[in-house]
Amino acid sequence: MEIKELFTVSIYTENHIGLLNRISAIFQRRHINIESLNTSISEIEGVSRFTILVKMTEKEVKKIIGQIEKQVEVIKAFYHTDDETIYQESCLFKIKSDLLFEERQIQNIIKDSNARIVTVNKAFFVLEKSGRRNEIELLHRELSVFGIMQFVRSGRIAVTKDEMKITEMLAAFNN
Amino acid sequence: MEELQTMKKKQYLEQPKERISGSEAIVRCLLAEGVDMIYGYPGGAIMPVYDELYKYQNEIHHVLTRHEQGATHAAQGYARISGKVGVAMATSGPGATNLITGIADAQIDSTPMVCITGQVASHLLGSDAFQETDIVGISTPVTKWNHQITNAAEIPEVIAKAFYIARSGRPGPVLIDITKDAQFAEFDFQYKKCEGVRSYLPVPKTDKASLDQAAEIINGAKKPMIVWGQGVILAHAEEQLKAMIEKTGIPAAWTILGASAISTSHPLNIGMVGMHGNYAPNVLTNDCDVLIAIGMRFDDRVTGKLDEYAKQAKIIHFEIDPAEVDKNVKTDVAVLGDAKESLTQILPLLEVKTHKSWHQKFKDLYAIEFEKVIKNDLHPTKDGLTMGEVLNEINSKSGGNAAIVSDVGQHQMITCRYADFNVSKSNITSGGLGTMGFALPAAIGAKMAAPNREVIAIIGDGGYQMTIQELGTIFQQKTAVKIVVLNNNFLGMVRQWQQLFFDKRYASTEMTNPDFVAIAKGYHIQARRVSEREELGSAIEEMMKSQDAYFLEVCVEKEDNVFPMVPSGASVSDIRLE
Repeated sequence: MEIKELFTVSIYTENHIGLLNRISAIFQRRHINIESLNTSISEIEGVSRFTILVKMTEKEVKKIIGQIEKQVEVIKAFYHTDDETIYQESCLFKIKSDLLFEERQIQNIIKDSNARIVTVNKAFFVLEKSGRRNEIELLHRELSVFGIMQFVRSGRIAVTKDEMKITEMLAAFNN
Repeated sequence: MEELQTMKKKQYLEQPKERISGSEAIVRCLLAEGVDMIYGYPGGAIMPVYDELYKYQNEIHHVLTRHEQGATHAAQGYARISGKVGVAMATSGPGATNLITGIADAQIDSTPMVCITGQVASHLLGSDAFQETDIVGISTPVTKWNHQITNAAEIPEVIAKAFYIARSGRPGPVLIDITKDAQFAEFDFQYKKCEGVRSYLPVPKTDKASLDQAAEIINGAKKPMIVWGQGVILAHAEEQLKAMIEKTGIPAAWTILGASAISTSHPLNIGMVGMHGNYAPNVLTNDCDVLIAIGMRFDDRVTGKLDEYAKQAKIIHFEIDPAEVDKNVKTDVAVLGDAKESLTQILPLLEVKTHKSWHQKFKDLYAIEFEKVIKNDLHPTKDGLTMGEVLNEINSKSGGNAAIVSDVGQHQMITCRYADFNVSKSNITSGGLGTMGFALPAAIGAKMAAPNREVIAIIGDGGYQMTIQELGTIFQQKTAVKIVVLNNNFLGMVRQWQQLFFDKRYASTEMTNPDFVAIAKGYHIQARRVSEREELGSAIEEMMKSQDAYFLEVCVEKEDNVFPMVPSGASVSDIRLE
C-alpha cells in the first residue's frame, strides 16, 4: 500500500469556458477529493494556470497528469511535492471592532502572527493573513475564542523551485 | 465523380468572404470537410440548419433516423468502416441528451465523430427555457472536445477545429452546440481548414532510442507474442504489422476492436485475447517472455486479474496516447507515436525468425480448445441450433469478405470469435462501452459508407429491441443491410453469469418476444424465421442473394454458454473451457 501525500498539481491551459468542468471531472470520476483549487492568469499572456491541491499516491497522480494533459486545451500539467514548491494560502477574518479595544490580547495575536489589518470601521475590522496552512489554522484557533463574524481562506497558490518549460513549448508551436 | 467532388470542395474553400447565415455556414463548413452523409433528427432549435440542408440536399444526404441514439451509432458505423469522420445532428434538450450513449461509445472506442446540436437562443441560456439542457456540461466527460457557439462568426473556425480534433491523433467524438440566434445571424463567411491547435499534440514524437530498445528485446526473445488493437486500424498500419509479424515470425493475437486488421486466415494470426478470447493466446500470455502490445490499451476485459497478467514478460507498448502508457500494465519500453510510423521504423531493426517450437504450443492449445469448445460450437451434433453454426454458415457464404456488425452479449463474443475477416475495418462492434442497441443503426451507417460491401448485422434478441425502430430508417432509405437476430429468448450473457455465479437465479433475463418476422414485414423488409438445422444453409443463402434489406431470425438454443471464459477477477491463464 503506497502512502498518500499532498501534491500540488499545476496546469497551464487555454482560457476557455468549460475547461474547469473538464478538469474537475477527471478528479471526480476517480473519486478523488480536491483539497483546494485556484485559477488565475500565468506568466504567459493568454495562458491560464490552475493550482490544485490533492492528497493521493504518486502512482495515481502520475496517471491523473496523463489524463489532464490529454485534454485538448491543456498545454502542460505538472505535479510537485511541498518540498519542490514555494506555496502560500491567504485568508480574511471579519471581527467585531469592539473586541479590538476590549480584548487587548487580540492586538498581540495580530502582531505575533504578522497578520495585516485591511480595514477598520466602527462595526468591524478585517484581518488578512498569508502563509502556510498551519499558520492560518493557528490564527483561526486563536481568534475563534473571541468570535469571528466571517472567515474565508483561498486555495493554495504555488510556484516551483525548478523552471517550468512552458514558454519554449509554446514558442515551438508558433514556429 | 470524384473530380467533381474535389472541384466542388475547392470551390467552397476558395470562396471569398460572403455574407450568409450561421446555419448556411454550418452546411458549407460540413461540405468543406468532405461530409456527404449526416445522421440526425430535426427539432425546434436546429430548424434553421435543416432548412439549409433542404437547399443543399444534392450535396449532403441527411438520413432521418428514428431516434437520436440511432443517429450516433449510424455515424459510428459510417466512421468505423470508412475511417472518415461520422456526423450526427440533433436538436436541443432531449434530442441532445439522446446522443450521449453514442458519444460515450465513440469516446471509449476512439471513433471519429462530430455531433452538432441546436441550442435555445443565447438570451435564454440558463433560464430553463423549453428544450434547454446544458449539453456541453453533460457531454464534457464523454467527448474529446466540445464547445458552444453563441456568435455566428465563430462557426467556421470552431467547426474546422472540431473535425481536426475528431480525426487526428487518437480519434474521438466532438460536440458542437450552436444557439438558435447564431444560426439565424448573418456574417462574412470564409472557411479555413484547421491545421493545428497549440495546446494539442495529436501524435507524440517517436523516440529513436525506444525503437532501438524495443528491437533489442524483440530480437532476443525466445517466446515473444504480439497483441494488437484498434490502434493498428486507426493508424492504417495493417500492412506494417503484417510485415513485422511475417519477418519476425511472432505469433500475433488481437483485441476485439483489433479484429480484421490482419486476415483471420493468416497463419501467424493466433486469435482473440480476453474474457471470451481464444485459449492459447490467453494461457500463453502468462508464458511468453516478451509481450508486444500495439495500439491497444490493456482493458480489464483483456487482462483479467492485473496482478497476474504477463508478470514474467517484458512489456513493449506501441501507443499513440501517452496517458495509456503504464495506466494498467507497467511497460518496460514504451514506443510513443503513430503505429504506422513506428512499425515502419522498427522493421529494418528486427531479425528474421520463425519461433517454430513456440508456435507449436499455440497449436497444441488450439487443438484442446477445438475439441472442447469449437467443434461443438461450429458443428454441433445435438438438437438445437448454436450461434456458432450460424456464423460458420455465414462464413461459408460470405467467404470472409463481409463487414460484420455485432451488438453486445453472447452473440457478439461468438461473432468475434468465429467470423472470418479478409478485409480490415470489417468488425464493427461496441467494445469498450458495451452498448446494446448499437448494431442495427451502426450497420445502416456502415452500409451507406460502403454500399458495395456486404454488411451483416448480427444481433441478440435483447439488443435488437433497444433500437428496433431503426428498421424504419432501413425501409425509408432502402439500405440493403442483412439483419440476423440470434434469438434465445434470453438476455443470454447475463443469464450465463446468473447460471455460473448466481446459482441460476434468472432475475429478469427471460424475454417474451414479439413476432420479429411480422415486425420486419411491417416495415416491408423481407423476413424469414429458421429454427431447424436443415433450413439454415438455404436461409442464409437466400439472405446473401437478396439485393435489398433482409431480416433473418434464427431461433437458437436457449441456455447455451460462451466458452472459453476468463471469470471476472481471474487470471487470463485460469481461463475456463467449460
